[in-house]
Amino acid sequence: MTTAPAKAGWRFRQPSVIPGFGLTLGFSLAYLTLIILIPLSGLIWRSAALGWADFWAIATDRRTINALEISFGTAFIAAAVNVVFGTIVAWVLVRYNFPGRRIVDAMVDLPFALPTAVAGIALTTLYAPNGWLGSLLAPLGIKVAYTPLGIVIALIFIGLPFVVRTVQPIMEEIDKEVEEVAATLGANRFQTVARVLLPGLAPAIVTGFALAFARGVGEYGSVIFIAGNLPYKSEIAPLLIVIRLEEYNYAAATAIAAIMLALSFVMLLVINLVQTWSRKRYG
Amino acid sequence: MEVRVANVRKEFERFPALHDVSLDIKSGELIALLGPSGSGKTTLLRLIAGLERPTKGKIFFGEEDASQKSIQERNVGFVFQHYALFRHMTVADNIGFGLKVRRGPTRPTAQEIRRRASELLDLVQLSGLEKRYPAQLSGGQRQRVALARAMAIEPAVLLLDEPFGALDAQVRRELRRWLREIHDATGHTTVFVTHDQEEALELADRVVVMSQGRIEQVGTADEIYDTPNSPFVYGFIGESSALPVKVEDGQVWIADRPIGLSAPHASQGEATLFFRPHDVELVDECNGCIAGTVAASRRVAGTRRVELEIGGERQRVEIELPVNHPAAQKSRVAFRPGRWKLFPAA
Repeated sequence: MTTAPAKAGWRFRQPSVIPGFGLTLGFSLAYLTLIILIPLSGLIWRSAALGWADFWAIATDRRTINALEISFGTAFIAAAVNVVFGTIVAWVLVRYNFPGRRIVDAMVDLPFALPTAVAGIALTTLYAPNGWLGSLLAPLGIKVAYTPLGIVIALIFIGLPFVVRTVQPIMEEIDKEVEEVAATLGANRFQTVARVLLPGLAPAIVTGFALAFARGVGEYGSVIFIAGNLPYKSEIAPLLIVIRLEEYNYAAATAIAAIMLALSFVMLLVINLVQTWSRKRYG
Repeated sequence: MEVRVANVRKEFERFPALHDVSLDIKSGELIALLGPSGSGKTTLLRLIAGLERPTKGKIFFGEEDASQKSIQERNVGFVFQHYALFRHMTVADNIGFGLKVRRGPTRPTAQEIRRRASELLDLVQLSGLEKRYPAQLSGGQRQRVALARAMAIEPAVLLLDEPFGALDAQVRRELRRWLREIHDATGHTTVFVTHDQEEALELADRVVVMSQGRIEQVGTADEIYDTPNSPFVYGFIGESSALPVKVEDGQVWIADRPIGLSAPHASQGEATLFFRPHDVELVDECNGCIAGTVAASRRVAGTRRVELEIGGERQRVEIELPVNHPAAQKSRVAFRPGRWKLFPAA
């Protein structure tokens, strides 16, 4: 007579003997409900008032689709650029000691602190056709301000600290011995970086990418100054929402917001799954 | 391959870590660098590997001057105390790494690399763990993988930095025996660093005792233990007792009494007498011997360790007695050391 072992299903992780599990879990749930769940469900509820046909019409509207494409596309490109240069900046800050290192380190956080509108105005003045950089680029036929390229630049500016600050601590933990072992085994510097160091940093880099990307999708303040906001060309989704709000078309505004929400949620979920997978693998 | 360290000096920001060290390592030898922390043993190992550059002096691999070569060109296998495995790679990929990064015709095919990795896993007795990740292995297993990885490149010399330092005592003893077997089977010239004298004496063909950036003595386990050539080595290797004495007329004196040891070649004056606590002969009547009152007595495993106070200055020395020896109960014990050595007082 054997009894089958009880099936392990969804179960709370065994709380430790130290009290506080019930209290903290209860608090977290209540807090998340108040701060995130209620506003978001309000949003979905408002957009549901539209009815399926109207919602679909707004969702498939050329202008909406273009705005979403621009928002997600520019955010993706900007996050990708930030991954490359943010990782290099983090590397320089972690690995080398040079005069002014602390100042550079502090400067990385500036985009966090600066009002985004200030950043937007500053970038626009720089890149406008008669601005400092814009006047240099104009003869080459490169237009930055009032094009999607300008949006990308604004989002690079905004997203940089996210990548640097997530990669930096992990980079600090890299064991020097791992690099030394790679060298004794005959790996040159490039091989050591590409095959030994970067794979170890990958989870942090993915996190940094996700944060920079999420921030880029939602960014409004800095973008609207430099984008030029031409419908179908350089109009971002958050701006379209604001336009609809100003037209008192709340239903359309919430519909676009709900679509953005769904897209962002799916993308972040995918990124999260990738991360869980890599953590499980490398321990 | 033979390794020759010639008059190497190493300074870290003006602070000397090694003073003028020379050492000849024969091909196929298993050598231990033994010393307390800060003695420069790890620095010497890293200099041989090329992980540090000597401030002065040269290091030869065979006839070639290796000091001019980069780490990559030296072809050394290095094993760290904390394994330094690549955690995002499987065991097989870890072992094959040194072959995979080769370029041109020296790089074996992927199939050949796999074959070689599983061959080495057999050698380190971890067959079948190719697909595991380092996080899924125990400490002892990780260190075996690290050794297999170092051996995969057919190194000119194998260098191990406290290879068993992070493991518990049981695993340590086991791996020690196993490393000796591997060495005998493969014949790689091997240098390992340790602060554990038992490990060094048991495992190595020759032991290099280091202290404060200098080599104190080089020799087999027997030579190091039986004929230490300095007070440091006497004190560092094994148990020892020391007594301040005086040499006069070819005799050794404590205070105003000769203790029955003749030292015709020792220089006159103050000196320190060293002997092993277990290598003493008890005498009943003290006609030229060392006598003292028992100050403390402790049972240590199979013997009894007795602390004696000698002479008017109450110098303390330890000797070992059989557990049931009657002398252990007496308040006064007289003895004469078997093998002993005198060093002039510093």
